[in-house]
Amino acid sequence: MTKLQMKWGGVGLLSVLALFLLYPSINWYSMDAAEREKLETFKMRPKFLVNLGLDLKGGSHLLMELDIAKLDPKADIQDAMARAIEIIRNRVDQFGVSEPLIARQGKRWIVVQLPGISNAAAAKDIVGKTALLEFRIVQTGEKAQEALGKIAELGNPFVGESVSTSAAKLVPQGMELFRGKESQIYLLSSTVPFTGADLETARVETGGNYGLPVVAFKFKPEKGNEFASFTGANVQKNMAIVLDRVVFSAPVIKQRITGGSGIIEGEFTMQDAHALSIVLRAGALPAPVKIIEERTIGPSLGEDSIKAGLMATAIAGLFIFVFMIVYYKGSGFIADIALVLNLVFLMAGMAYFGATLTLPGIAGIILTIGMAVDANVLILERIKEELALGKPIRLAVDAGYEKALSAIIDSNLTTVFTAIFLFQFGTGPIKGFAVTLMMGLMISMFTAIFVTKLIYHTYLASRDVAELSI
Amino acid sequence: MQFIGKTTIDFVGNRWKLFLLSGFLVGGSIVSLATRGLVFGIDFTGGTVVQVTFEKPMNLGDLRKAVEESGIPDASLQSFPKTNTFSIRMKSGEEASAADIEVQVAAIQKAVGENKFRIESQEFVGPAVGKHLYRQALWAIVLSLLGIIVYIAFRFENPIWGVAGVVAIGHDVLATLGLFSVTGCEVDLLIVSALLTIAGYSINDTIVIFDRMRELMKLYRHEPLDATINRAVNETLSRTIITNGTVFTVVLILFLLGGKVIHNFAMAMVFGAVVGTYSTIAIASPMVFEWYVRMKRPGSSPQPAGRPAGKARR
Repeated sequence: MTKLQMKWGGVGLLSVLALFLLYPSINWYSMDAAEREKLETFKMRPKFLVNLGLDLKGGSHLLMELDIAKLDPKADIQDAMARAIEIIRNRVDQFGVSEPLIARQGKRWIVVQLPGISNAAAAKDIVGKTALLEFRIVQTGEKAQEALGKIAELGNPFVGESVSTSAAKLVPQGMELFRGKESQIYLLSSTVPFTGADLETARVETGGNYGLPVVAFKFKPEKGNEFASFTGANVQKNMAIVLDRVVFSAPVIKQRITGGSGIIEGEFTMQDAHALSIVLRAGALPAPVKIIEERTIGPSLGEDSIKAGLMATAIAGLFIFVFMIVYYKGSGFIADIALVLNLVFLMAGMAYFGATLTLPGIAGIILTIGMAVDANVLILERIKEELALGKPIRLAVDAGYEKALSAIIDSNLTTVFTAIFLFQFGTGPIKGFAVTLMMGLMISMFTAIFVTKLIYHTYLASRDVAELSI
Repeated sequence: MQFIGKTTIDFVGNRWKLFLLSGFLVGGSIVSLATRGLVFGIDFTGGTVVQVTFEKPMNLGDLRKAVEESGIPDASLQSFPKTNTFSIRMKSGEEASAADIEVQVAAIQKAVGENKFRIESQEFVGPAVGKHLYRQALWAIVLSLLGIIVYIAFRFENPIWGVAGVVAIGHDVLATLGLFSVTGCEVDLLIVSALLTIAGYSINDTIVIFDRMRELMKLYRHEPLDATINRAVNETLSRTIITNGTVFTVVLILFLLGGKVIHNFAMAMVFGAVVGTYSTIAIASPMVFEWYVRMKRPGSSPQPAGRPAGKARR
């Protein structure tokens, strides 16, 4: 095998590999949305796929901060973060989102990306709720009544979410002050006999008062027995069901409750009840989280962006393709082949790494294409200069490549370094830009220099060319 | 086909005119940045932006009244041409939370009344995140510029080349920011990536010409430096016009057809493509000349005129 044949073999192999990597993406995106969704639910999403960013396909991006001040003082922050992420992942999975991203960012931030979810309110309900469920006994003794009366005279005893200092002084030992869903206040036992962690499952049921949905829960078997004896010992008392420090209901325990199940009422809408059942099943976060950044892109906006972006890119691409042929004739066509190959390899690379294509990513591709065109223009202009000096074609081509090489490598490498910095230190959109730029430039150095040169060598070796089409 | 043949434009000789022109451009930008400042997007300031499309025709004045009625202070509104889409930007205090958006949107819908709208997008950036994003963007830019200086200094064996390249980038970025200051268009993270793209093109351009200068300086050791630099710029002019013309056309197409999301981005790019090309020729190359003349480097200092230039190419 000659050297040329070996090189062609390499290029051919890479091309086949690229098409193999790209095939799933082409196949996937030519399906309609419903079909894709169906496959998603069966987890039949292809392994190598160019993912579209939230700005292109719509979805919700949430950045949350774990409120460390409210964390159990004994708990380790690392542990708490890991647990919070685990629980959020659990909730998102139950909510039914395909390809979500849940990751830690920095010390106490958690980033959650939910592609395709454009109902931001629902998403925030699922992800952002602490969901700390507690069962406590309502205190109704003389001491409690007296304290409640005094506290009521103060007016609103709550500052934000915590109890005001003046009200806190009036709360008797062994009790804690809570608010109700309306403006009621309750004194509840400090001890918490049961929490959400003791639940086995929770689900939505209809059939509460006025037919409103309720959330039915069931204790784990061993806890169910404890619950039975606990309720047996507290008949005629009120048991408060407290969610995230708010009393949802406080029914009277009429008799010993066996079977270990109960319901939470709270004038829920169906969506509320559904969200609550999910967060109860997935468990409570170790501390409350605050959503400090949200970006939700509706599906139609994403679609518009894709359409406009693709349209513009296609026209721009066509322009470059035609221009190169008009200006550089046959040599322009060779450069065009390199450009197309560059795009194919770039997309294949993105599919292989499961990278995400975003709008800034498209900007990165445009910069890549611009620089790839530049590399070819540099080479072709150099060849022209060498031909003008009267060099024979083969020598002119080689000299053109040789002399243009340092400029191409220097400019490409400078930009690659820049992209590496941007990737390392940039956030969100800047990262997306850096990824396509970095990959695109490395590929472009291969396609614009190696592949085009190979084409020239093959072309010039096979026949006696009198004049180069340039 | 050939757009331009051999040219012999005296770029170096006219450098003071070019410097003056750039001085006006950059000076004007700095004045505008100092007096008018920049309108930063919520990425950097924090706040909320909601984009809504109405079912029935809506006008900006009515929507503004409704937003005021719904008790949201200091909202700024913007309409998109040829659509029924509006963006509403709301400030948020230190304690703001993403949960407020739903409340605010509901209040606006109530104040608008019959004409229902659909939410196209909603974005909320808390104050801490805004500061974080701002810092990160700044670091990314500063470090990548430093990286460029170091790499070029290493490849061209003298820091002046790197410095000249970065001055050219700074020129382009400042001028583009000036454009945003004058037009009052919002600067967000997407615009930062546009600035980086501009910087990328600019440095690419600069390196191509520097590379030719480096080559010719070895080849024509006895030619006056200004003649060599002019030769380098002129010889690469054809390439400069073709490459940058192509890039310019591409971003112009993006600007005209790319849709509203990347409209500002494309605007920055169109402008940047022009200044980027200009700065390489007018700033970076003459700067290298000034440096070498002032340092009187042996072999590079201008020679008395009339001496025969080095022999033609190898």
